[in-house]
Amino acid sequence: MSTDTVSNATSTPDVEQPWAELGLKPDEYQRIRDILGRRPTSCELAMYSVMWSEHCSYKSSKVHLKRFGEIPQETPAGKMLAGIGENAGVIDIGEGYAVTFKVESHNHPSYVEPYQGAATGVGGIVRDIIAMGARPVAVMDPLRFGPLDAPDTKRVLPGIVSGVGGYGNSLGLPNIGGEVVFDPTYLGNPLVNALCVGVMRHEDLHLANATGVGNQMILYGAKTGGDGIGGVSVLASETFAEGGPTKRPAVQVGDPFMEKLLIECTLELFAANVVEGIQDLGGGGLSCATSELASAGDGGMRVSLDKVPLRDASLSPEEILMSESQERMMACVTPENVEAFLKICAKWDVQADVIGEVTDTGRLEIDWHGERVVDVLPETVAHEGPVYNRPYERPSWQDELQADGAEKLPRASSGAELRDTLLQLVASPNLCDKSWVTDQYDRYVLGNSVLAQPEDSGMIRVDETSGLGVAVSTDCNGRFAKLDPYTGAKLALAESFRNVATTGARPVAVTDCLNFGSPEDPAVMWQFTEAIRGLVDGCKELGIPVTGGNVSFYNQTGETAILPTPVVGVLGVIDDVTRRTPIGFTAEMEGHQLYLLGETEEELSGSEWANVVHGHLGGRPPAVDLAAEQQLADILINASRDGLIDAAHDISDGGVAQTLVESALRGGVGARVWAPDGLDPFLFLFAESAGRAVVAVPRTEEVRFTDMCTARRFPHAKIGVITGDTLDVQDQFEVPLTELREAWTATLPSVLN
Amino acid sequence: MKIGVVTFPGSLDDADARRAAAVAGAEAVALWHGDEDLHGVDAVVLPGGFSYGDYLRAGAISRFAPVMESIIQRAGEGMPVLGICNGFQVLCESHLLPGALIKNHHRKFVCKDQTLRIENNTTAWTSDYDANHEITIVLKNQDGSFVADEATLDRLEGEGRVVARYLGNPNGSYRDIAGITNERGNVVGLMPHPEHAVETLTGPTTDGLGFFTSVLKAVVAS
Repeated sequence: MSTDTVSNATSTPDVEQPWAELGLKPDEYQRIRDILGRRPTSCELAMYSVMWSEHCSYKSSKVHLKRFGEIPQETPAGKMLAGIGENAGVIDIGEGYAVTFKVESHNHPSYVEPYQGAATGVGGIVRDIIAMGARPVAVMDPLRFGPLDAPDTKRVLPGIVSGVGGYGNSLGLPNIGGEVVFDPTYLGNPLVNALCVGVMRHEDLHLANATGVGNQMILYGAKTGGDGIGGVSVLASETFAEGGPTKRPAVQVGDPFMEKLLIECTLELFAANVVEGIQDLGGGGLSCATSELASAGDGGMRVSLDKVPLRDASLSPEEILMSESQERMMACVTPENVEAFLKICAKWDVQADVIGEVTDTGRLEIDWHGERVVDVLPETVAHEGPVYNRPYERPSWQDELQADGAEKLPRASSGAELRDTLLQLVASPNLCDKSWVTDQYDRYVLGNSVLAQPEDSGMIRVDETSGLGVAVSTDCNGRFAKLDPYTGAKLALAESFRNVATTGARPVAVTDCLNFGSPEDPAVMWQFTEAIRGLVDGCKELGIPVTGGNVSFYNQTGETAILPTPVVGVLGVIDDVTRRTPIGFTAEMEGHQLYLLGETEEELSGSEWANVVHGHLGGRPPAVDLAAEQQLADILINASRDGLIDAAHDISDGGVAQTLVESALRGGVGARVWAPDGLDPFLFLFAESAGRAVVAVPRTEEVRFTDMCTARRFPHAKIGVITGDTLDVQDQFEVPLTELREAWTATLPSVLN
Repeated sequence: MKIGVVTFPGSLDDADARRAAAVAGAEAVALWHGDEDLHGVDAVVLPGGFSYGDYLRAGAISRFAPVMESIIQRAGEGMPVLGICNGFQVLCESHLLPGALIKNHHRKFVCKDQTLRIENNTTAWTSDYDANHEITIVLKNQDGSFVADEATLDRLEGEGRVVARYLGNPNGSYRDIAGITNERGNVVGLMPHPEHAVETLTGPTTDGLGFFTSVLKAVVAS
């Protein structure tokens, strides 16, 4: 087949082109022709199709995501050094340090090929972090699956967990948290979200642009192969059709060893000051890197595609432009630094090739063996893709769903019944012990993991001398979001915020991964817009900005969309990590007083109790009061700093009962508890009201602690004492910790081993 | 007193091993796989990780690194060498220690706090422990199952060269073996990670510190 050059395209305007197969709509193809004033070459068509895909262009979400810009771009810890639009947001955390963090989805590939899909999800987010100039210091993985006992879950879950571990462990990055959630709607659409945190000194910040005429463009890392061709356009931007062809060739294959070399090599390149601009090659591959670097720069770019080193010599130029082969980066380097750059790459056995240079034409020109195959304005590829105002409408079933509250369902009342309910809940898939999953992740490597799962947030020491550290949590209750996406998104934000504060860190910034069904369904689009409205309002109220994130649409099989799942990651800063607050009740805490902070309401709709005991989803989610969340956070942070509490645990899925069980099993010591005056024991144990936590207060600090709560007029009630080897709910029931542990730990191994 | 820590391509716990050496009071020296010069170190740690991606077999390529030639020679002369996890695999591939490490019997990566019994407290790396001292340190690996033929296992047991044994076998290692030593007691291979148990803030215990304080004494004594 001869090469489809620009001159060929001009002289043969009527050639049929496979735009539909590449995922473009008829009007989008016409728009490309209008922009170019001719038909695109096959290479140009490949580039536009990739970059105008939902995944790369955010065409359905752009108009809504703009709203995140309304939130003041200032964090409680200081200014933002880079925000949305860069590879990842960067936050000043003091002492000359900056932190960058971001969460992304890799949902569709992980369903098709669980191991590689999940592995390359980790790889992609890690490269985003290195591209900012930061050393990656931790990862987290919020995961969602179909029912635990579904046959396909036994295929998907072990593969995904093994892929997350296999890649992250081999990179030497501690995995310090995340989520494992089961719901029938995720059966054909598992969610694999990956978050990475990186640390740098302020002066190390690097941005993605190619400036300076004559500067050289160097592609380094792995060779380009035929894997992942069209990953973003064909795979991530379409709904899975039943009986359709398998899409395995569109899944990338990862090599964590190469990525580890790429991390060390890139950090050494930064340290040697030989990099002007840099970008990782992820979704969209070379199409994305060349067009984005060029349009962010001040000139144009010329690239010789035949200089790209190939794993498979038979690849066509179109395939090279679309390939999503992993572990590749592209840097802009001044001519005098090229030699030093290549030398550092050689030290790390990383292949590096000059494939192009910055020009003054303002155009992106790509040649294939001396023939021009691409000649475009880079911004038309990178940023001027279609923008859709998709129709959205509150679904007709929403009222009926909200009217069907769980509060009316029959509840356990006797002590024996409450005991049975508790044991049933702790053994349920969403509340049971997740160590079958998390024991496959290295949480110790790098030696700075102060807290890791199952703690409320992961915490990393940044500075060994001062003790400065960061904490991160990711949360989302998709059931709440289904009942009310606006409130559900706020609740996800509130929970993540609370989890960070519970460990003693001050929340400063948000990243989000918005997982939804098809944007072509007005009901899904309504859920999406409502969730964004919730996050924007919530972030404004809490005074923390959204620094970046990702949207994943088309998580839908046939008519069934997933629960709306806006996963929220909150990052916090702690001045001294030795003051962190863990969740466990330990032997040293025997006799400590337990306090319940916050108000408990009759809120059972969307709860795990309704899910497990009644298989029910309906009603309105718990009310969210962000002013109260802020107050609770202040109390938890101050109490941690002043040594007033030795343990604290947030209350969310499963209610106070689950909180107490997790704290007792974590530290190995039980508790005797009672419902505060006027609160029904069932609601005390299982209601899922927001804005609450349980704290363990040493007797010597009790007066100071309660005075602090009283002064702030924050609801607090003594609910018990840490003691013994049982969970004793006074006047109701008692369960030995051994029995709880057996129920709690048996669930995942019994199904997955 | 200088403890060298080798960085191979794909080493992951090298910074941790250097930190542990420093916590114990030694000067930690970073050694590069491609540099045969040991820069005057008194002892060497081969750290955990996936050197060369563990392609072919864990540790199989690292043994040919230029730095290993010098280490093998100096180990023969009595210099203390500790191979942790992937480093243990490198020592076996280098024939400084017998046996081999294969995939965990459950086929999964495992990361957990693991209790061991120190069974030989006369090596260069374990003299600070009491005999039969039980310690809890971090275990994290994919290929952690120690195997050898019966005769080799009998010889190791007979000569008191089993340095540490698992209490509750986590990976299918023959005879619960977590670590072994050579005849001379200067080369020790250990699958779990003592360098991750030197600070209460970040590790399960500080039980791992003894490996690093032991070698300080061994070097001073020699």
